[in-house]
Amino acid sequence: MAAACRAGGGGTAVNPARLWHFHGGLKLDARTARAAAAPIGAVPLPPRLVLPLSQHVGQPAEPAVSPGERVLKGQPIARPNGYVGAKVHASSSGTVVEIAPHPVPHPSGLSAPCIVIETDGLDEPWTGYEPITDFTALTGPELRARVRAAGVVGLGGAAFPTAVKLGAGSGLKRLILNGAECEPYICCDELLLRERAAEVLTGAQVLLQALDIARCVVAIEDDKPAAQAALEAAIRAAGDARIEVVAVPAIYPEGGERQLIKVLTGEEVPARGVPPDIGYLCQNVGTAAAVARAVTRGEPLISRIVTVTGDGVAAPRNLEVRLGTPVAALVEACGGYTGQAAHLLMGGAMMGFPLADDSLPVIKATNCIVAASREEVRPRAPVMPCIRCGECAEVCPAQLLPQQLYWHARSDDLEPLDDYHLFDCIECGCCDLACPSQIPLTQYFRYAKTELWARQRDRARSDIARERFEARRERLDAEQQARKKRLEEKARAADEARGDEQARKAMIDAALERVQARRGSDRDDSPGSGA
Amino acid sequence: MKFASTRPPHVRPARSVTRVMGEVLLALVPATVAWTWFFGPGILYNMAVATATALACEAAVLALRGRAVRPHLADLSAVVTAILLAFCIPPLTPWWITATGAAFAILFAKQLYGGLGYNPFNPAMAGYVVLLISFPEQMTRWLPPLLELAGTMPAALDAWQTLVFTLTGTLPTGTGWDALTGATPLDDLRTQLQLAVPVDQVRAAPLYGVFGARGWEWTAAWIGLGGLYLLWRRVIRWQIPAAVLLGVCLPAALAWLLAPAAYPPPTFHLFSGATMLCAFFIATDPVSAATSPRGRLVYGFCIGLLIFVIRSWGGYPDGVAFAVLLMNMAVPAIDHFTRPRTYGHAG
Repeated sequence: MAAACRAGGGGTAVNPARLWHFHGGLKLDARTARAAAAPIGAVPLPPRLVLPLSQHVGQPAEPAVSPGERVLKGQPIARPNGYVGAKVHASSSGTVVEIAPHPVPHPSGLSAPCIVIETDGLDEPWTGYEPITDFTALTGPELRARVRAAGVVGLGGAAFPTAVKLGAGSGLKRLILNGAECEPYICCDELLLRERAAEVLTGAQVLLQALDIARCVVAIEDDKPAAQAALEAAIRAAGDARIEVVAVPAIYPEGGERQLIKVLTGEEVPARGVPPDIGYLCQNVGTAAAVARAVTRGEPLISRIVTVTGDGVAAPRNLEVRLGTPVAALVEACGGYTGQAAHLLMGGAMMGFPLADDSLPVIKATNCIVAASREEVRPRAPVMPCIRCGECAEVCPAQLLPQQLYWHARSDDLEPLDDYHLFDCIECGCCDLACPSQIPLTQYFRYAKTELWARQRDRARSDIARERFEARRERLDAEQQARKKRLEEKARAADEARGDEQARKAMIDAALERVQARRGSDRDDSPGSGA
Repeated sequence: MKFASTRPPHVRPARSVTRVMGEVLLALVPATVAWTWFFGPGILYNMAVATATALACEAAVLALRGRAVRPHLADLSAVVTAILLAFCIPPLTPWWITATGAAFAILFAKQLYGGLGYNPFNPAMAGYVVLLISFPEQMTRWLPPLLELAGTMPAALDAWQTLVFTLTGTLPTGTGWDALTGATPLDDLRTQLQLAVPVDQVRAAPLYGVFGARGWEWTAAWIGLGGLYLLWRRVIRWQIPAAVLLGVCLPAALAWLLAPAAYPPPTFHLFSGATMLCAFFIATDPVSAATSPRGRLVYGFCIGLLIFVIRSWGGYPDGVAFAVLLMNMAVPAIDHFTRPRTYGHAG
């Protein structure tokens, strides 16, 4: 396999016999045993679907339908607004009843504009996108266009528009498919790989074709042998030697693309850069499957696999969920709540955020719902002072010094934070968990980042204001100068004119004098002559 | 259905300050037993006095500052300071001296700087240095180990007599200091070397053992064992202990190789005085130590180096406390210059 790697092209080869380490990280209890034991299930069609216009990184989409309009399953209902954006499609047929702000699943707990569809139970499909039999006949831009039309975004959690990522350019060394699902509770990618490996494989092939990359490595954690075996079987069946599966050690946060790239290649993505800068492109395995469906079957992204688990759920499992379905319907499909459900989380145990209630909809980024018992979540312990033990730095995958960052963030002394590379923090929460003083470090860092961004924005705004003010002053000065100059010129002209007048006057005076003088002599002469 | 909020990460942390400090105390149990075995129960009384004083001072300041008293006492940091201080002072010490040291450690070295997490100096060492300077005579009255050495060792006080001394500061009638105490091995070696007695000859005396001195070397070994336990439990990281030991051994080995008659071998340094205690329990106090891995190496190595320098050429027989306090001062600078490279940033 190593030889094949070398044959694959320039740069560092991904050699499964040689894996690197990323700094720090934590070995965490996966907590996926119960949910991963059951096959992927379905959720009954809910009476109402709530589809937020912003389910991705970038500008919110613009509604393309109006209330009262009938829509079909898969029909685009909102178009991207700008290059970094994604379409939204109706996830079932029915009537648009409202386009208005609704609570959306977001750490802020705020509301955002959503399109609400009352479903008609018919699930009547829209046929705007043609399926194709041979995607290899399509060019990169054509494939990208199909991915963009289908509204595909990264399904690993970040929800970055996939078509934008596919515009990364040419000459990349490797496509990396990320199946390293490292966060406790989440197992939707594992189930996808186990049950739909062929779809992931097709996705990988489409992505290789679209980006003109020669080789692909699929990273799966070594505690998921069934997922590896399924994908390896699919690759063997397809006889595609370009794609290989690598088992990576299960350490949180290995699923972070920067950490995964380090483990696979030993290279680091530059701090202000992106993986394509060093020749790699990372996609989640779920995204690859969505790309496959979008390109080959013409299916837009209207559903995704969601893990529903926790001690608060009767029968944890993974579900194929239509986007816009309320969380309550998912829990219902898993046998409802047990008496223990105390907290509801969206996402995993490390980075997931709490949901205030279960009426919130599933969106493109929703990979997991946890109904947690009181015992499953961290108890509210009193925060003790930092004892500088440095455990936070030991576990930090970005090799930061969380204790120093905390020191400055706590005293609101935010300027040195950039110097300590605050913006390289990926908010994985490892430091929080390692801290014996129970300090909510990640929360401090999120606050500091937001605050610094706000200050930067304020500074930019005041810079603009100052520039405007200075420009205005300059303009006024210039106008005043011009006016002054004009006045001076006028005055000079007037002076000159006055000078002329005096000359004329002098001339007239002289003429008059001459006339008078002549008259005088005439008078002198005339009496004599007249006499 | 509505749900209560919670903050990520939602995993229960495995550690707490109380637990970290508790592990440190646990790791000191074998050494305490060994110490009591060799030098009598005096250390236990000192521990009791120091702990009571430290907790009382801590509680008083917390109350004055309007802080929650119970969680801060329960963090056990004051107890650790007290126990470490008790390890540094002679077994026969009147209670007011021990109490003075513990009170200074907590009131001045810790709470005046803002309490747990804010003290730039190791409180136990600050307390010990105050005692060393204020009570030089009492602080150097060490007992020889309680060993059957065919009459070469002086008589010892029993547990009751030790307690009476701790509480009243008076020896039983008919017992004098000369009969009870002797110099520590480090002290003795130092005096003898000043008299130009070769190291070999000095170490032939019954006071000395295989590596260091009888009794002392065993407690040092048990302290080292406790240190290994802390390493295994990940309460401390390897950098500081390794660097301290290396910092002592390297110059000691060099000096010994160059002048074996005038300098004891490095093993003697390792198993004498407070080298082991310093490497695993004192220099590793996280609050006053350097925090980055490289910084910890520098910090530990310099402490080891200073221990050797003070022992060999300084005015005090052991230099642990001064070495630690001196390096505490250097911590901000060390931390500044040893920041690790962040992911994705050039060296």
